[in-house]
Amino acid sequence: MNQPTDEKRIHTGELNRRDFLKRVGYASAVALAAGGLGLAFYDWKGPAASEGQKALTGLGDYTPRALASGGAKMAIIRGTDRAAMFAQGVKALGGMESFIQKGDRVLLKVNAAFATPASLGATTHPEVLAAVAGLCFKAGAAQVLVTDNPINNPDSCFEITGLAGAARATGARVIAPRAALFSPVSLPGGKLIQNWPVMAGVFQGVTKVIVVSPVKDHQRAGASMTLKNFYGFLGGRRNVFHQDINGIITELALLLKPTLCVLDGTVSMMTNGPTGGSLSDLKDTGTMVVSTDPVAADAVGVELLGRSLADVPYILMAQAAGAGQADYRLLNPVLLDTRA
Amino acid sequence: MRIVTVRRLSQIFFLAVFLWFCITATLGTAWWQLRGWPINWILNLDPLTALATALATGTLYAPLTWALVATFLTLFVGRFFCGFACPLGTINQFTGWLGRLGQGPAGRVEANRHRRPQAWKYYLLVFLLALTFMGSVQTGIFDPLPLLHRSVNLALFPLADNCLGVLSDEPRFYASVWVIGVVLLGVVGLNLAWPRFFCRFACPLGALFGLLSRFTPWRIGKTADTCGDCLICEQYCEGACRPSGKFIGSECVLCFNCLDRCPVSRVTFAGKASAAGEVWVPDLSRRGFIMAGAGVLLASMWGVGGLAGANRDPSLIRPPGALDEERFLARCIRCGQCMRICPGNIIQPALFEAGVQGLWTPTVNYRIGRSGCQPNCIACGQVCPTAAIRPLSLEEKQGLGEFAAQGPIRLGTAFVDRGRCLPWAMDRPCLVCHELCPVSPKAIFTRTVFETIRDGQAVPARVQGPGVELEAPISTEANLANGDYYLRSTGQPEAALRRIAGLAGTRLTLERPLAGESLPAMGARVDIVVRLARPFVDAAKCIGCGMCEHECPVSGRRAIRVYSENESRSRLGRMLI
Repeated sequence: MNQPTDEKRIHTGELNRRDFLKRVGYASAVALAAGGLGLAFYDWKGPAASEGQKALTGLGDYTPRALASGGAKMAIIRGTDRAAMFAQGVKALGGMESFIQKGDRVLLKVNAAFATPASLGATTHPEVLAAVAGLCFKAGAAQVLVTDNPINNPDSCFEITGLAGAARATGARVIAPRAALFSPVSLPGGKLIQNWPVMAGVFQGVTKVIVVSPVKDHQRAGASMTLKNFYGFLGGRRNVFHQDINGIITELALLLKPTLCVLDGTVSMMTNGPTGGSLSDLKDTGTMVVSTDPVAADAVGVELLGRSLADVPYILMAQAAGAGQADYRLLNPVLLDTRA
Repeated sequence: MRIVTVRRLSQIFFLAVFLWFCITATLGTAWWQLRGWPINWILNLDPLTALATALATGTLYAPLTWALVATFLTLFVGRFFCGFACPLGTINQFTGWLGRLGQGPAGRVEANRHRRPQAWKYYLLVFLLALTFMGSVQTGIFDPLPLLHRSVNLALFPLADNCLGVLSDEPRFYASVWVIGVVLLGVVGLNLAWPRFFCRFACPLGALFGLLSRFTPWRIGKTADTCGDCLICEQYCEGACRPSGKFIGSECVLCFNCLDRCPVSRVTFAGKASAAGEVWVPDLSRRGFIMAGAGVLLASMWGVGGLAGANRDPSLIRPPGALDEERFLARCIRCGQCMRICPGNIIQPALFEAGVQGLWTPTVNYRIGRSGCQPNCIACGQVCPTAAIRPLSLEEKQGLGEFAAQGPIRLGTAFVDRGRCLPWAMDRPCLVCHELCPVSPKAIFTRTVFETIRDGQAVPARVQGPGVELEAPISTEANLANGDYYLRSTGQPEAALRRIAGLAGTRLTLERPLAGESLPAMGARVDIVVRLARPFVDAAKCIGCGMCEHECPVSGRRAIRVYSENESRSRLGRMLI
């Protein structure tokens, strides 16, 4: 019978008006904060189907501005000494100074796709890299970066191909792909490159881009040369684009306008490309192309492989899209021979 | 210098060396990367690994002779390794010390009281050694050195480095690694409740060292039977070996805290028995050993399962140079060195892929990581501490030079899943697998077919030069002008193919004009056909490197997959004659 009175005492006796008001105050403050947070995060729409991210529209136009008017845009050099061939070729186009100015930050896009030695010809030859990087520095470049998003483990690729060694020897810096370097790109008018991860981060602060590529057989694309080398900027599960290989290479040709293209056909991979794997897949074709036009450079490469433009459809498609000139003879290429 | 200071310095040294070698177990040419650093040194010091693999294989792999050094020292001074060297012991001692901060003397004495279950680790040791008699080495699961290497290699470093990006540019993945992480958390966390829990109750290596300390000429002991009963020695005893009373030799981890702290210097490390009496080992029951002996039975039953033979899982691919399954399980200690070093990140700890007895052994997973097994890489075999993966030379892996006759090391064979492959099942050109096959000549070859696309029949209204005007537009998602599509008269498989070079509405532009004889008759139909190069695998050339599987654009379950068929390591798996 005493129970109710006891309870009453406990409830009222130890809680005076002041404490009670304090409790009311605290409770109200927390309630207000919770309500405020609720309002601050209030989302009346619910989640979207996919997360939108602002996409870039391209990697940039690095075409040389101050090319002497009437000057040659392309040199085809015969020979065996890659460094000499590049030096003579670029000299015929007005010297490295017409492409690289003092303080330039130069990005060299090599083909480092596979962790195989340079002798197997599946990747950009380190001698060409060294020659190009060396002349870049000589022309006053502040920094030379070397990059690719290869197929094998990047560190293995750059080391085993000798590209890392060539970069170290000349003072260039290798940039291996990492997640932070990729951002979504949507090519205006493109059907394939829409909101697709591309290695745009390496272009940060870059003022000139030189693409240095080998000449290789490639069953699906017909050939892998300069334009196919652009594939190495793509991230994600890029292999889905092989369903429309010519379409993707054409779009890649529009994504980036390089300053200069070096296509090294001193030795070409004639069969079993693009991996090769045996010296018997290679042939001495003794030719290098130095060109401002990637499409024209590839058109020469096709001939080195003993093929025609019909075998490599993306070249004419890239020309039609406005990426360059497939009939390279119209560019009046300078013909040189370092063996003479 | 006080002996405990020496001990602490030694502990810090070994922990630092351990961590440093874990860091240097990175493929590369920088000074801090794998270039002659003896990254297996601590694993090589392990007598349990040496004993278990020697019992299972009848041989002692050369680098494991380092274990004799640890063995000899233990025979003379006792479990110095536990107190002075073991990196996991150091971590346990440190966390145990943290957990005892602020605790009173009574609580400390209680925490370090000798407990009967300290006998468990001996039963576990006997169980594991019984398994090795049947050829199954399971020591690595409990052995603190492989345990810590595995945990740091696969769980802690990737966790830290995925934020820092120092050891690798791209995040490293290890399947089911949370299980490994939870085990480490458990081992370390239990120190908060019972100091050195793992060392006292579970460590089979500690048990082995304990047994080896039977005849130590020098040992801890008391100079007089009675003392003031202050129990300060018990408060700080790491081994729970009862230094104040009847000393239990095999439990002493040589922490020297008793000797250091005894207020009357009654504890010594000397060439005589303790005045308070001593025993070699804790109370061990016959029942415990009988149960432990059941390991023989268990391993035998595993053998009945036939997983190493007829019942092997064809999707279990072992790294290049791995021995055949039976001999492999007689060596692998699951330390994770191969998984750590693999530049492709494709060597993964098995959960149950290799059966229960293959827990955390290396299995190759071509879906994860950067690429397939790179032909120019032999890192995994070079770092394997027990040669479960043989140290191959590049010549042997690639089948060059004196190995030309036996050919390259094959990990398995790739099989095309025609129900998932784009050119086989979806009328889509692809050929990524062929492109990436690193063998020369390629193990993947193609046969080209021209298939009429879905709803691909049309009626030309007008043909003029290379232009063909259709009566109605073709309904398709594909880009018909991308070089892969052709026009051909319906019902004439031998008729000339004309590549489509352009398409605008109903107007097709052909690469070359239709010639006279192949002009379709008025009102006759034409087919839009797609050129498909379909992949085939030449099993005699395939090395099972998995480049194709890794890069296959059918990214969920790949349309080309490597199975263990024809793997070099197993005669049973041989497929071709």
